[in-house]
Amino acid sequence: MMADKITLEIARYSPEHDQEPHFQSFEVPVHKEWVVLDALNHIKDTVDGTLTYRWSCRMGICGSCGMMVNGEPKLTCATFLSSYAKNGEKIRVEPLRYFPIVRDLVTELSDFLAKLKKVKPWLLPKDEPPLAQGEFLQTPEQVDRYKQFSMCINCTLCYAACPVVGLDPVFVGPAAIALAQRYNMDSRDQGAGERTAILAHPDGVWGCTFVGECTRVCPKHVDPAGAIQQYKIAAVLDWLKSFVAPRGA
Amino acid sequence: MAKPSNEAFFWMLFSAGGVVAALLIPVQLFLFFIAFPLGWLQAPSHDSLISLVRMPLVRIYLFILCSLPLFHWAHRFRYTLYDGLKVKHLTGLIFVLCYGGAVVGTAIAACLLWTI
Amino acid sequence: MMNEDAGKSAPGYTPFHPRWYRPHVSVYWWLGEWHYLKFILRELSSVAVAFFVIETLFMLSALHEGPEAYAHFQAVLRNPLVVLINIISFLFVVFHTITWFNLAPSAMPVRMGGKKLPEALVAAPSYVAWVVISAIVCWIVLH
Repeated sequence: MMADKITLEIARYSPEHDQEPHFQSFEVPVHKEWVVLDALNHIKDTVDGTLTYRWSCRMGICGSCGMMVNGEPKLTCATFLSSYAKNGEKIRVEPLRYFPIVRDLVTELSDFLAKLKKVKPWLLPKDEPPLAQGEFLQTPEQVDRYKQFSMCINCTLCYAACPVVGLDPVFVGPAAIALAQRYNMDSRDQGAGERTAILAHPDGVWGCTFVGECTRVCPKHVDPAGAIQQYKIAAVLDWLKSFVAPRGA
Repeated sequence: MAKPSNEAFFWMLFSAGGVVAALLIPVQLFLFFIAFPLGWLQAPSHDSLISLVRMPLVRIYLFILCSLPLFHWAHRFRYTLYDGLKVKHLTGLIFVLCYGGAVVGTAIAACLLWTI
Repeated sequence: MMNEDAGKSAPGYTPFHPRWYRPHVSVYWWLGEWHYLKFILRELSSVAVAFFVIETLFMLSALHEGPEAYAHFQAVLRNPLVVLINIISFLFVVFHTITWFNLAPSAMPVRMGGKKLPEALVAAPSYVAWVVISAIVCWIVLH
């Protein structure tokens, strides 16, 4: 029989008062349909209004509510209390790993956003066709080549899972590389050459050792690890070609 | 367009070595270093083994078996040291020890298989 | 309600600039989770691979020196400690093979009829090749 209450141990960090994070326990009612985000909202509304965290859509598409739940990166809007209550477990909620912490459960994302911008995750067509020519047309096959990588919601769960992100602050990281590959594989894009400098670089794909944790934790099944390994092969072919074909200006 | 980093070359060697190691090392290790010493299978005599090894195709096979997997080790071990022991700042030294080791092993293999 | 003295309690804090907490990643990060430990063991299988190459080179060298040197080398291989090390190496090498074959399809997705084939299907031929090649090697060595 499931308990009607569950304990959440939540990481608290207040830059005004604290030198480092500490845990605070809260007891929350277990409703069958409640997720961890509901529990956090309940605490903020009725117990401690200073609890600080990000959330928005509460349906797994905005990517805001990522946190460590019992040591695993999860979207808190998609993690049910009942999965822990039925085992009699407590729920430990911490900010996503490997990011600086601003306050409580809020991480500092500017480094990730900078890396994302560097890979130019937008279409880079060589020659813009005139508007009169109409829309770009893509076959289902052409869409299928990049569709999986386009599902990324920038939730950074993969960054919290990847040990290389934690060990090497300049590593570009799973989501950024997967998104770069999403555009490289898009038939409307001719910008692969502009992305080479940051991707085919020791801090780019070569830093990845295919741990595979990023793919395991991704809530949208993007498979960033696959995207990275596919890029490595493309980079090898590119490197070989660079000896045969001279480069233009 | 920027030239891709030369890391591509070392990853290529790592991959080739990984394939060779995956396909060939289990059976080779099992036969020569477990089954024969433990007497599970009849080990070939010195004479029959050396005449097998002296065949040109076998020399080439053994050279590939003894060189590419070493480069696989070099690349993988180098990154394991970076990540496992957090010694990325020693990158120059690690690079020389790992790939240098692989080159030395390959040279020894080449000498042995040329003269055997 | 704003507490004006709040800013004075933690050193380095100024009222208008947040002091981020930067967690430290321990050198023992890989012991923290089973998935990380499995990854490091997979990477360490490369040591078993290198060990195999080294002992094969020693074997070839002994073979070259003559029947006595080869017999001595075989006696060393029969040492229980050496056998144990080789059994452990064998387990690591097989672990390498299985993880390699299972991961390779993500690097080289195979598309047929406009869709990506399931990874298990793409990995299967590698396993078949492994068995066939191993059988051929056995036949050549044991004939």
